Amino acid sequence: MTTTTSKPSTGILATPPAAAASPLDPATAVTFSIDGIEMAVPKGTLVIRAAEQLGIAIPRFCDHPLLAPVGACRQCLVEVWAPGRDGKLAKMPKPQPSCTLEATPGMAVKTQLTSAESDKAQHGVIEMLLINHPLDCPVCDKGGECPLQNQAMSNGRGQSRFVDIKRTFPKPIAISTQILLDRERCILCQRCTRFSKEIAGDPFIDLQKRGSSQQIGRFDTGILGYATGGPVGESRFADLPIGPAELVDSSGAPFASYFSGNTVQICPVGALTSAAYRFRSRPFDLVSTPGIAEHDSSGSAIRVDHRRGVVLRRLAGDDPAVNEEWITDKDRFAFAWQSAPDRLRTPFVRDAETGELTPASWPEALEVAAAGLAKAISAGTTPVGARGVGVLPGGRLTIEDAYAYSKFARVALGTNDIDLRSRPHSAEEEAFLASSIAGRPLDVTFADLERSPRVLLVALEAEEEAGVAFLRLRKGVLAGRTHVTSLAPFATRALDRLDGTLLAAAPGTEPEMLDAVATNAPEAELSALAAELGLDGALVLVGERLGAIPGGLSAVRRLADRTGARLAWIPRRAGERGGIEVGALPSLLPGGRPVAQAAARVDVAAVWGVDHLPEVPGRSVSAMLEAARTGSLAALVVGGVDVRDLPDPAAAREALAAVGFLVSLEVRPSEVTALADVVLPVAPPVEKPGTYLNWEGRPRPFPQALTSTAMSDHRVLDALADALGVTIGLRTLAEVHSELDELGAWDGERIEAPDVSAVEPPAIAPGHAVLATWHQLLDAGHLQDGEVFLAGTAKRPVARVSAATAAGVGVADGGLLDVSTDAGTVTLPVAVTAMGDHIVWLPTCSPGSEVRDTLRSGPGALVRLAAGTDLTVGTDSEVQS
Amino acid sequence: MAESSKDVTPRPEAGDVTAPSVYTSLIEPRTGIAEVVAPIAGFGVTFSNLFRPVVTEQYPFERVPTQPRYHGRHQLNRYADGLEKCIGCELCAWVCPADAIYVEGADNTPDEQFSPGERYGRVYQINYLRCIFCALCIEACPTRALTMTNEFELAGPTRAGLIYEKHDLLAPMGEGMLAAPHPMAPSTTDTDYYLGAVTGTTPEQTAWVAEHRPEDPTLPAASRTASRTASTTAATTAATTAAGETR
Repeated sequence: MTTTTSKPSTGILATPPAAAASPLDPATAVTFSIDGIEMAVPKGTLVIRAAEQLGIAIPRFCDHPLLAPVGACRQCLVEVWAPGRDGKLAKMPKPQPSCTLEATPGMAVKTQLTSAESDKAQHGVIEMLLINHPLDCPVCDKGGECPLQNQAMSNGRGQSRFVDIKRTFPKPIAISTQILLDRERCILCQRCTRFSKEIAGDPFIDLQKRGSSQQIGRFDTGILGYATGGPVGESRFADLPIGPAELVDSSGAPFASYFSGNTVQICPVGALTSAAYRFRSRPFDLVSTPGIAEHDSSGSAIRVDHRRGVVLRRLAGDDPAVNEEWITDKDRFAFAWQSAPDRLRTPFVRDAETGELTPASWPEALEVAAAGLAKAISAGTTPVGARGVGVLPGGRLTIEDAYAYSKFARVALGTNDIDLRSRPHSAEEEAFLASSIAGRPLDVTFADLERSPRVLLVALEAEEEAGVAFLRLRKGVLAGRTHVTSLAPFATRALDRLDGTLLAAAPGTEPEMLDAVATNAPEAELSALAAELGLDGALVLVGERLGAIPGGLSAVRRLADRTGARLAWIPRRAGERGGIEVGALPSLLPGGRPVAQAAARVDVAAVWGVDHLPEVPGRSVSAMLEAARTGSLAALVVGGVDVRDLPDPAAAREALAAVGFLVSLEVRPSEVTALADVVLPVAPPVEKPGTYLNWEGRPRPFPQALTSTAMSDHRVLDALADALGVTIGLRTLAEVHSELDELGAWDGERIEAPDVSAVEPPAIAPGHAVLATWHQLLDAGHLQDGEVFLAGTAKRPVARVSAATAAGVGVADGGLLDVSTDAGTVTLPVAVTAMGDHIVWLPTCSPGSEVRDTLRSGPGALVRLAAGTDLTVGTDSEVQS
Repeated sequence: MAESSKDVTPRPEAGDVTAPSVYTSLIEPRTGIAEVVAPIAGFGVTFSNLFRPVVTEQYPFERVPTQPRYHGRHQLNRYADGLEKCIGCELCAWVCPADAIYVEGADNTPDEQFSPGERYGRVYQINYLRCIFCALCIEACPTRALTMTNEFELAGPTRAGLIYEKHDLLAPMGEGMLAAPHPMAPSTTDTDYYLGAVTGTTPEQTAWVAEHRPEDPTLPAASRTASRTASTTAATTAATTAAGETR
């Protein structure tokens, strides 16, 4: 094989085939008429949905296609005639709500377009809904895009006849720091409460009282009959939001939800608004651009609303194949970082005399960067001393940018030293990704999550690490199709909401547990799980954390092979899957081609128009940083890498300080830019077009939202390569795409699946525990900078231990616990949790708990526990900074 | 067509010499005295105007008032206690056919209360290069914050200078008004303000400003009137509330 064949159908950017619309089964079809138009729909179709198909708009407030019908607002009343016992059409005595009415054979529906009765009924309902509505549209955020406003005009009276005093409530209640509730605007459609119950599963505000004083209200022990305190068996200190909330939710705890922003979007009036967008703008000001959320690997469709070059809000886009209409609050509200005042606007070059970074022009900066890199490359010919350049692109890149890094490293720098994994990683993980993930797009999809009969989550806390995937799983669970089991140290609230089963495993013992899942296992639970994983559609979802557990991914591969379950790898960051597909790993070339195979190298070299590609195996992030620290790597090119994310931040800082030449491509100043010799500013996602590849392997292209002169990474790297005297030809998106199309996917032999044996878990001395840790969705990450309202909805950092472990250390629930290694101590309040003894869980990167930075260790490591004394750690003030 | 073509005089061939036709007017020729004065009759209008009053306005040396409802420069009005009427709702910007108005709203906070209620206009700009003085914005304004003055001298040496900012448009402080921001009059709502129940600065408001901005130039005058109007405001508020409840 010398040249590649173009295979658009299997290429990296190939768009998945649209799901074929299922043909109408004539046996179950229902034929009826709306406004005299005959139509056939599947049995069980609601009249309002059928009318949509005909293009007949029936006004509605409570109806939402993704929520169960409830008939709360009565706005969609229609006149209905149905065949009686004698077979003759008879009119139903009263108008019927079409959102709860299923079409039946022979039914004749007359909407407001053909029925005066229906029209009058709708006018009446609107007028009644407006009785207590304050009509404060001029100060309401919904004004201009308000279904109540619009339908009052289209299906109601333009002028109010109501002259009496309206019922009022005190103006807005802060349900959380982000979500505000104006009860007087509410029309009691219950979309918000239904979303919270049916989709997110978070307790929320609920309906209270009766008649005209009925309201969406706060938790009140007197009304709801709860005893004080949280749900039984749960620590009062767990899952609390950081910010103050005036309200407690319907379970009695302060309201905390990662999906609360969706209620603002689906509220058909301005009763729920977000603090971040409050009074900021009007819909006619805004220019909307479709986008893809950059915060996780789900690739959720969003809508970016901006005015005069400033993004004012983001809304969920509608993509039934991926995120339906829901996104996490992080996707919705965390966008301020992209326009932070400290954005890098010009290149910087370190002044040789003063040692300070000074602003430079692009030609200057590229010249200095190229000279430094060229020196490092040419030093590679000498056998001693520092040589070569390493590339750390980071895991947040678009496919195009990651591809540019990959090609830049191989062609311009002549090395395979490129690794996007700025997190704990292993050679085993690399082999797993190369053998089982790369080059296999859309093997498992979101639709599979909700259809799967059995899902095993391994080292994946779906709500925290892939929020939209969690919602899909929950949809399957609520539909009675899916049963979720999580291999984790303890059952989180998210697992409870998935009605899932916990397969308890201390960190580090996951391989052992995975190997024990077999049909002939002595434990009934494990053998049943193994049997169910053999069912058609069963899935094993693996998180990125398993890569840091020796033997973990090998065991998962074995489990999948043994049971026949399909495997999906769900990383946290948006760019990881795409980067792997385009060769931003030391052992992989684009399209999942192994570097080790000559045919693959020839393949890629032919497309890239070079004689040969480097065949020396590349080094991982840790190996590169270690080489830089000890002085055997001459230069580093670093993309969007947060040093705190690296497995050992302290060592990484040393390495970045020690390396001879450091080029940083960044959006905002970071620890890396502070140490860099040349800083090249690049565009944030909102200022560039590009494509994310989500965890499914589905391309998620997005356009440029804001006009900007900022350049994306691929263009900067192209210019840098030019300065080095090498042409990589990746100046425009079209050039990148045509190369990716030409490369296509690899159909040759792949790297062997890893087979690493697990290590024996360490013996636990008294006063010690095994560390379990993962990231919370909202934490101290830099992509949430500048959004104080969102920060207030983050979960308060706590250390979780079992009651026995807490008692062993002498700490009560809520007391402070010191978790320490030789490197440092994290002090957090304890939330006593039902979990195994001698395990302590900490959030990985939350305020007051930066595990990798402070403790320099990760999951499975031994830590010391002691009763805490420091009272200043983890307070609210840190959240704001 | 064929008939009319007969009436057409054949076009003279090149080189033909024809006698020039004599023009005769269709107007009846004048006779007698009319014929004599005809050449100077047109000056009659001129002569008669010599003895009429002069209509030329000696602008800019003498300024003549416009009609009272002339559409001049806009003004952002204030309530009697100095709070701004504008709530930043952007309806004026929305309705503007020339896209001349730009507004950004913001939250009133207890420390920074610019208008009654929750929202105020943080940014308010009118571009007088674009404005066509149609006054649709005045019709749209829900709080009667925006009205038009009779000022028409809107010219300037720069384009940027003709974009009027909020401080250019705000009405001057009236008698006894206290400069915003300051709290609303005690136990009133934005509706009370709208209905005219607040008729002046209250002692509580002057006390607040005295505490937070003791140097405020509007404070002395406002303090003097505040004590006078305190009793009447309370009475009016009570009356309005009572009237509202019984309605």
